[in-house]
Amino acid sequence: MKIKTLSRSVDEYTRERSQDLQRVFHNFDPSLRPMEKAVEYKRALTAAKLEKIFARPFVGAMDGHRDGVSCMAKNPNYLKGIFSASMDGDIRLWDISSRRTVCQFPGHQGAVRGLTVSTDGNVLVSCGTDCTVRLWKVPRPTLEDSSVSSENFIEPAAEYVWKNAFWAVDHQFEGDLFATAGAQLEIWNHNRASPVQSFQWGTDSVISVRFNPGEPDILATSASDRSITIYDLRMSSAARRIIMMTKTNSIAWNPMEPMNLTAANEDGSCYSFDGRKMDEAKCVHKDHVSAVMDIDFSPTGREFVTGSYDRSVRIFPYNGGHSREIYHTKRMQRVFCVKYSCDATYVLSGSDDTNLRLWKAKASEQLGVILPREQKKHEYNEAVKNRYKHLPEVKRIVRHRHLPKPIYKALGIIRTVNDSKRRKEDRRRAHSAPGTIVTKPLRQRRIIKEVE
Amino acid sequence: MELSSEDNNLTEKVLPPIEQESDVELETKVKKYLRGEGADLETLKDKKLKTQLASREKLYGKSAKTAAKIEKWLLPAEAGYLETDGLEKTWRVKQTDIANEVDLLSSRNQYDIVLPDFGPYKLDFTASGRHMIAGGRKGHLALVDMMSMNLIKEIQVKETVRDVAFLHNEQFFAAAQKKYAYIYGRDGTELHCLKERGAVARLRFLKNHFLLASVNKSGQLHYQDVTYGGMVASIRTGKGRTDVMEVNPYNGVVALGHTGGTVTMWKPTSQAPLVQMQCHPGPVSSVAFHPNGHLMATSGKERKLKIWDLRKFEEIQTIHGFHAKTLSFSQKGLLAAGTGSFVQILGDSSGGSSSHNYSRYMNHSMVKGYQIEKLMFRPYEDVIGIGHSMGWSSILIPGSGEPNFDSWVANPFETSKQRREKEVHLLLDKLPPETIMLDPSKIGAMKPSRRKEKPSRGEIEAEKEVAIEAAKSTELKKKTKGRNKPSKRTKKKKEMVENAKRTFPEQGHNNTASKKRRIGEDAAAELPASLKRFARKN
Repeated sequence: MKIKTLSRSVDEYTRERSQDLQRVFHNFDPSLRPMEKAVEYKRALTAAKLEKIFARPFVGAMDGHRDGVSCMAKNPNYLKGIFSASMDGDIRLWDISSRRTVCQFPGHQGAVRGLTVSTDGNVLVSCGTDCTVRLWKVPRPTLEDSSVSSENFIEPAAEYVWKNAFWAVDHQFEGDLFATAGAQLEIWNHNRASPVQSFQWGTDSVISVRFNPGEPDILATSASDRSITIYDLRMSSAARRIIMMTKTNSIAWNPMEPMNLTAANEDGSCYSFDGRKMDEAKCVHKDHVSAVMDIDFSPTGREFVTGSYDRSVRIFPYNGGHSREIYHTKRMQRVFCVKYSCDATYVLSGSDDTNLRLWKAKASEQLGVILPREQKKHEYNEAVKNRYKHLPEVKRIVRHRHLPKPIYKALGIIRTVNDSKRRKEDRRRAHSAPGTIVTKPLRQRRIIKEVE
Repeated sequence: MELSSEDNNLTEKVLPPIEQESDVELETKVKKYLRGEGADLETLKDKKLKTQLASREKLYGKSAKTAAKIEKWLLPAEAGYLETDGLEKTWRVKQTDIANEVDLLSSRNQYDIVLPDFGPYKLDFTASGRHMIAGGRKGHLALVDMMSMNLIKEIQVKETVRDVAFLHNEQFFAAAQKKYAYIYGRDGTELHCLKERGAVARLRFLKNHFLLASVNKSGQLHYQDVTYGGMVASIRTGKGRTDVMEVNPYNGVVALGHTGGTVTMWKPTSQAPLVQMQCHPGPVSSVAFHPNGHLMATSGKERKLKIWDLRKFEEIQTIHGFHAKTLSFSQKGLLAAGTGSFVQILGDSSGGSSSHNYSRYMNHSMVKGYQIEKLMFRPYEDVIGIGHSMGWSSILIPGSGEPNFDSWVANPFETSKQRREKEVHLLLDKLPPETIMLDPSKIGAMKPSRRKEKPSRGEIEAEKEVAIEAAKSTELKKKTKGRNKPSKRTKKKKEMVENAKRTFPEQGHNNTASKKRRIGEDAAAELPASLKRFARKN
């Protein structure tokens, strides 16, 4: 006869000294946990509600410019600083943590339209409507700079005058060249007073330009003839070109997937393209009510932030059709430029009301040092909320955002208009021979043609 | 080179026999962790969703496999067993024999505590099995720490005590006394007097929902939320007085056994029972639920013990011979039945989960014929607590308790700090009473979207009646200045009822259409064969 009964000795199951950690035992058997699904659902609901309670995205505003902020540039080597330029020619370097101006770069006579920093962080290039391109030497940040309240005024290292006003500028990655957009697309070198190379197509001006982060010789431009063109510097003409229905205000390349680019369009949507195959958009991101003025990708490549003429800043997932977050304030007027910070935590917006605003990328994120247990709890909350976010109660809480009245009303009007268009289309199709009426998907509809 | 390839083939084909066995065991373990079948993705039309769900299903499979594999490293203890060799039968093994074979710590768990003055004792254990509350009929309440056999507090309430139950931990317990039910704290202070319930016969606590359920002498079922004290539901069962009440731990449903032989199952949000089962020809004397929620054992006064499958509501097994006054399932599935002074433990002799065959495992006769009042297995230990007419006892039943506890679920070695943290977490995870349903896995599932079906005739009639009732019960504005004539008022009311009826179309059309068809068919049957082709074809 063999008999064994459970007997647990207290020593094995409790700690020896009070400095030791408590002993924890796991048994993942589901039969020990009745109603685990209901408990998980309750936790998802609580997590969704807590997220809304802690959602305070606005961190602060940087005040100092005397005219609307027209463009911003970020230095990839220095997380704390951001350059911004305004419509009256005032260029400033800000320290984000103290939200003060570190130094100013006076010199431009008219509006500054483009601002960019070289990849090593030494040279700041600016261009404006006064037909000049100025190069500045960026001061090395030292401990004294952040505490000293007096501002320095820096003289330009070089100043090149050219024939036409400029609209945008961008610097090559890991290179010496930068490109300006004006009447034509011009490629400059730091040391030369006139462009090294120039591209032209048609008579329309080029509005924006962006170099590819993966391939240093490829750049994308958008022109006022509603086209998006991809150039290769090694060739003498354009590589790809498409013409859309409305003009593109700004372009951004995905830093993690450098063959994909997203274009911020005048009709309120952003179009994501695969650079190799431009005849069809990969994804259409629709949520803005008015023209999208600027777009910037997060360094993770999974999200991008857009600023629009309708006074709001939205954050979209890279492959999703709708925004996951919207930021707005009564005081923030038309947003002209946005930047995602290089640590993917903050979003900066420069707007017409002369302020730069700093927002959190994840509205309910806890900033500062987080203990590992807290971090685990946050991750668990996020995961359990995502598991049940399709159910009506949780979905209602997670999706809820307060919209300013003009945007809310405009969205309602757009919805009605689209519904009635679709109904009319359906009726037309129902009353005509099958196959005669073919609708193109939205990804193709907005592209008129691909040239060359 | 040819030789090496042959070698490779051989090693691939032949696995050592130990590995093969563990594969089969691994499969059963993985099934346990998978918690049911995977989703059927073929019916989905949305490709994006399909790929997302497919990758998720893969992840579930992986995590179930990992959980199954680490089981042998993570679980420190193994279950108890009782194996006899040759002709010896397990039910002939006495407690004294077990005491000889087993270590000192376990033999401390075999005892009889004799308290002759205070009547039959009922008992309850906390979820971790560490504390026990014993309540004697003549008013003796004792809170005991089972691990150190320490009497924490005992009080004499000088009234009849019919039942005792712990709340969420050992700090609070409830006692059903002569006129009302009372809640006491750990040091014996009376915290609450629950007057609404009346004279309570049975008390049970639903842990996940923080609901104290009770059935009183007139057969009314009460649910009270103990966190804020509100009465969630008081249900008149309409089946008369009963004191057989048990909670199904799997889904939080309360089962009552009635004198007509029916077992009804209730949830707090509805006035009608969820299920009514005719279990026995005579009165039901006790009910017990298996922890996995699929099995229910009932015993009736006609000396039969029946095991039911709750998924199909079918009887699996009947055991003749004795009528059990009290029944209890252990964590490992052993069933204890107590009659008079005799305890019989039944074990599941078939291994699989689909078939159940309960047969004799162990017996025990109470010393000096003390009459058994209540049986309850102690969680996480191989021990059963017996409350009887002269006090309480405990005996060893090898193989009844779950060997490995999870510290986050129930920890018998809890410190006070851990207990307080756990209380806060339990409160945060408190479920609303609407989540009590027969199948708790339906929570969080999406109903497949059906095309709108036409409501059936009965439904339309019901809606019509509701609308007419609403129209009739609307209050008309009282007019003044001579305009408030009774004839005009009745006319107005009739008009409103007519309007309500008008929204529902006539139901007679279907009948005439079907009538016409039937006539046509009859006519076709009557026509001679040569004229049949002129009959109207439908």
